[in-house]
Amino acid sequence: MKFALFTGCVAKGATRELMLSTTKAAEGLGFEFIEMKSASCCGAGVVSEKSPLLADALNARSFSIAEKQGLDIVTICSTCQGTLKKTEAHLNESKEYKEKVNDILEDGGHQYNGTTRIKHFANILATEEGMARLKSRIKRPLTGLKVAAFYGCYVLRPSENSDFENPDNPTGMEDIFAALGATPVYYPSRVKCCGFPIVMMNKDASLGMSGNALVDAIDNGADVVATGCPLCHLSLDSYQPEIEALQKKNQSIPILHLPQLVALALGYTPTQLGMDSHIVSTLKINQILSGSAPSSH
Amino acid sequence: MATFRIKRFNPEKQPEPYFEEFNLDIPDGATLLDCMNEIKWTLDGSLSYRMSCRSAICGSCAVKANGHALLACQRQGAHLLDNDDTITLEPLGNMKPIKDLVVDFTPFWDKINKVKPYLEPKDEPPAKERRQSQEEFSIIDDSSTCIMCGACYSDCNTLEVDDNFLGPAALAKAQRFVGDSRDSKTLQRVQDLSEPGGIWDCTHCAECVERCPKPARPFDRIKEIMTVALEQGVHNNNGARHALSFTNSVKRSGNLNENRIPVESMGIFNIPGLLSLIPIGRRMLLKGKVPPVIHHSIDEVDDVKRIFKELDQ
Repeated sequence: MKFALFTGCVAKGATRELMLSTTKAAEGLGFEFIEMKSASCCGAGVVSEKSPLLADALNARSFSIAEKQGLDIVTICSTCQGTLKKTEAHLNESKEYKEKVNDILEDGGHQYNGTTRIKHFANILATEEGMARLKSRIKRPLTGLKVAAFYGCYVLRPSENSDFENPDNPTGMEDIFAALGATPVYYPSRVKCCGFPIVMMNKDASLGMSGNALVDAIDNGADVVATGCPLCHLSLDSYQPEIEALQKKNQSIPILHLPQLVALALGYTPTQLGMDSHIVSTLKINQILSGSAPSSH
Repeated sequence: MATFRIKRFNPEKQPEPYFEEFNLDIPDGATLLDCMNEIKWTLDGSLSYRMSCRSAICGSCAVKANGHALLACQRQGAHLLDNDDTITLEPLGNMKPIKDLVVDFTPFWDKINKVKPYLEPKDEPPAKERRQSQEEFSIIDDSSTCIMCGACYSDCNTLEVDDNFLGPAALAKAQRFVGDSRDSKTLQRVQDLSEPGGIWDCTHCAECVERCPKPARPFDRIKEIMTVALEQGVHNNNGARHALSFTNSVKRSGNLNENRIPVESMGIFNIPGLLSLIPIGRRMLLKGKVPPVIHHSIDEVDDVKRIFKELDQ
């Protein structure tokens, strides 16, 4: 299966281990991911604050690039996924608007026709075909590892743009964890916001949100949190030492990118997946998988 | 037989809330509110909740069902049953419960009042009504559908951690006047709304869009205010600087320069803000997580620049 990979900026910047592990996961799964090197940033719902039309024109240009290749787009970031889907919804909402955007694209040799689907990595796996492929290629089942999903708002809401069956109570990520041999942990905060979008504007509130989510995951027995969004990863991992709610509990919890978790089960080593570059140590995961440390209770 | 697991609270009798279960056969087509009425009228008359119109117009009967806010009269009971044939009912979130499912809306109304939810017209009243074109009205059409039910306020992720946030309902109401062609205080309004607790404290979670029972969709309205604030030149705050820095980065290189955006968002003269970036910067540097120092452009970046130029951005 071949996809156009919309990497997003963060996988090429602050969380390069996401890009690294995506490459490995795709290799292990037998997916061909062709990097979209001329696609622009999705705008993360921020460019649209400045100009909604600009944000949509830039994303429509990216869609056109994949259309020319005859490929569907795969994203590895909930924010990219949600933002691209929002543009897609705007373009399909009104014929006049689509024409207006296509007029802007025309001089660059691009046109949006709507033939390319946009799917998050999790949604490619959480299909019958994806699950069958996943299960047949597992080399190292993640037995005994309790994994809490953190979805990332943009991949769930607004629900009309989400590929998850029940965005208020999704099971796609947890189904993947179970297929990998891990034990999914269900907890209320898994569908909440990590607070990253306002970390520059209201840091206390931002870290309050990430703190509440992590305490919730820990209290429900999670060994590790896995997320499909690198912005959530920054919030939950990179900012974790500053989160007061965890300091009070004197606890920490490793945070994995979804492709890292998948690739671990496909037999890649933590170092191959950049797990040593995280702010919060991921050593506990290895210890649990090798049986040298107990799982959380 | 369905089970209604209802959070009860009566501070005069017991300081802590508790759950009580009621069993009820849900009649065909009964709304959740019909079910609540049935419980109150036939099983326990002391059960308290607000209700009035039963037609999704008055906005009185918002409660949390299975963890998410909704209008009880707008949804069928049978559609809300979970795998155990149970519906869990709780009072709205982010407000203090008074009794059972009734909460204190005082902070909600205080915040609505704070955004000056009335027209401040440009000139003396004309002899007849103040007319708007269809296009002008369409800008405020969605926000004017808000019925003040509080469902968005209940589930807002920022409000869960910061009482100071105006919240989705008040900000949607603010857009109703920021976007009104007859209003004279647009600049003053977006200046006030750009203060801490205003538009830039919205965390983009879109819970409010999901819970809103009407087309008001507060997050969409908040984004519209942001665009007006940026157009009006209200740039002296981290949210506006962030949006401008982000957009300029895409304009220059087609993608995000993650090394620049935190500094530019804080503002280069904001010494405490810049100092607050040091711990995270240091941690990431030590782990080699800092984005490449030499920022690379995407391929064919000239076409992206052309689009910016064509749209005068």
